[in-house]
Amino acid sequence: MSVGTSGGPPSAAARKVAEALAPLQLSGEHHLCPGCGHPVAWRLLLEVISELELSTKAIGVVGHGCYTNIVSLADIDFLQCLHGRAPAVATGVKRVRPEAAVFTLQGDGDLASEGLAEVLHAAARGERITVIMLNNGVFGDTGGQMTAASVVGQRTKTSLDGREPEDHGYPVPVADLVAALPGVAYVARGAVNNAGSIAKTKRYMKRAFQVAVEGEGFSFVEVLTMCPTGWFLPTADGPGYLEGTFEKTFPLGALKGS
Amino acid sequence: MPARLLQGSDAVAQAAIAAGCRFFAGYPMLPFTDLLESMAKRMPAAGGVCMNAESEIEAVNMTLGAGAAGSRAATGSCGQGIALMQEAIAEAALNEVPFVVFNMARGQQDYFQCTRGGGWGDYRTICLAPKDVTEAVEQTQLLFHLADLYRAPVIMYGDYLISHTYMSVDVEPVEFGPLPPKDWALDGTRGGTGRSRQIWTWAMGKANDPGPGPDLHWQRIADKFEDVARAEQRWESFSCEDADTVIVSFGTAAPFVEQVVGELRSDGCPVGAFRPVSLWPFPEAALSDACASASKVLVFEVNAGQMIDDVRLAIGGRVPVVPIGRVSIDFSGMRQGEILTVPWIRDRVRGLIGEGALR
Repeated sequence: MSVGTSGGPPSAAARKVAEALAPLQLSGEHHLCPGCGHPVAWRLLLEVISELELSTKAIGVVGHGCYTNIVSLADIDFLQCLHGRAPAVATGVKRVRPEAAVFTLQGDGDLASEGLAEVLHAAARGERITVIMLNNGVFGDTGGQMTAASVVGQRTKTSLDGREPEDHGYPVPVADLVAALPGVAYVARGAVNNAGSIAKTKRYMKRAFQVAVEGEGFSFVEVLTMCPTGWFLPTADGPGYLEGTFEKTFPLGALKGS
Repeated sequence: MPARLLQGSDAVAQAAIAAGCRFFAGYPMLPFTDLLESMAKRMPAAGGVCMNAESEIEAVNMTLGAGAAGSRAATGSCGQGIALMQEAIAEAALNEVPFVVFNMARGQQDYFQCTRGGGWGDYRTICLAPKDVTEAVEQTQLLFHLADLYRAPVIMYGDYLISHTYMSVDVEPVEFGPLPPKDWALDGTRGGTGRSRQIWTWAMGKANDPGPGPDLHWQRIADKFEDVARAEQRWESFSCEDADTVIVSFGTAAPFVEQVVGELRSDGCPVGAFRPVSLWPFPEAALSDACASASKVLVFEVNAGQMIDDVRLAIGGRVPVVPIGRVSIDFSGMRQGEILTVPWIRDRVRGLIGEGALR
């Protein structure tokens, strides 16, 4: 979508769209499904970077997932890297550009499944980077398969009767693992399924960027987001399912630092 | 700076730093370990960073990040570790991030790995193979230049002998000519200006400045590698002008072959030696020319026959191409029994060219 017009003043609808854009956001098309929680998390990230005046210092490193296309819609430098490797790539970026605000944006399939080693080692090294994990419990981009963060009982295309611990093991609480490491300055888990959680998640993200930029250590924010398509649910049921299932397995709040 | 006696790994480390390398990451694995240790020792004084990464996968991806941020960066391992790095090497070739990979190999069985890759997509990797420490020092600096010139990951195929041999070398910074500015590198300073940057293999740009998209991007990269294939062939030939038999070898095996050729020449035997210095691009035309008078081409490599495929492509079936190498499972790849002794190679060559060729 574009707000530009060929003549005359922009329409009221076009003005509304323009005014609704997040800071640093470029208007354009995306391919995310109705009810997806990623755009909310993404907006919070842009607001935080803007409010902390990091827009001319930020370098983002993204993995692979539905959200990856969003980097085309943000006016920030981005490096799109291999599945799961973003914390290692971000380490290289940060070590040669220590003045930059380096962050990763990854999904749970990217980070908890493929890239668990990379994030844990970056955390253990105390890299001054911020890692944002968007956790919706599925590989959304490939159509809804089970990840290391799928919760017990969750139906996915590769756990059709629901995730059974006996067959599939248990979900990996990445934020808790990261919080246990000494090099880590800040860890929190938020959600984007209601206004209160959204406001808290923004505060978590802001703190996470602050501690990394100020050199206190590694920071990590897990954001529970909705994927009604991958959850086989009506769009409107996404927020409720998140609260009723994901929050039970992944409790919200600050896990380390304040 | 006067020449000094240096271990090969240390000489390569010093050459890399002289070339401006300021980021290095690796995971210990002999015979690469010595290079990693030299970098860890020397990089801080040079104002750079050396990461003792937790895996080869992390090492190469850290290096990719440093390269994307504009630093001269390098990593390395030996064959098994390089295998783990291939995914990121392919990624870097396709998203055009330059860095140098040092394969301090355990032998010559990584020829396919270094010249054919193992990642996805239409890409190639410039690969140079030094014959000794002096040449490794030269190639190290050249490789950083070529990486930046073509915005691509490049490989040095060294080995145990390069890594561990002490040699008197002179490590001086070398100028290879002008390079394009790194105006593509990510520095984070353009956020919010409408000119922020993006690097990814699919070359999708920003909404306000769409990139070429994957098809055009990948075609442009394919065209680039065609240009590289024409421009960057390097080789060395020895007594090939009137040779009836040409022996092709690469890397540290080549000096052994050259010694044999010298000895047989002094016996009046018309043999010559050819060494591809760049394994990719392979110097096909030069090899074909060097074999113009030959009735037989012998290929000595310490593996089951890998480079011989490229030799056969260059010769095009005009004359027989005969393997005379052998597999080595020795940790150095160079010390199993008689493989790399001059008499073994000489006897093998004599047997194949026939006693009639000798006085």
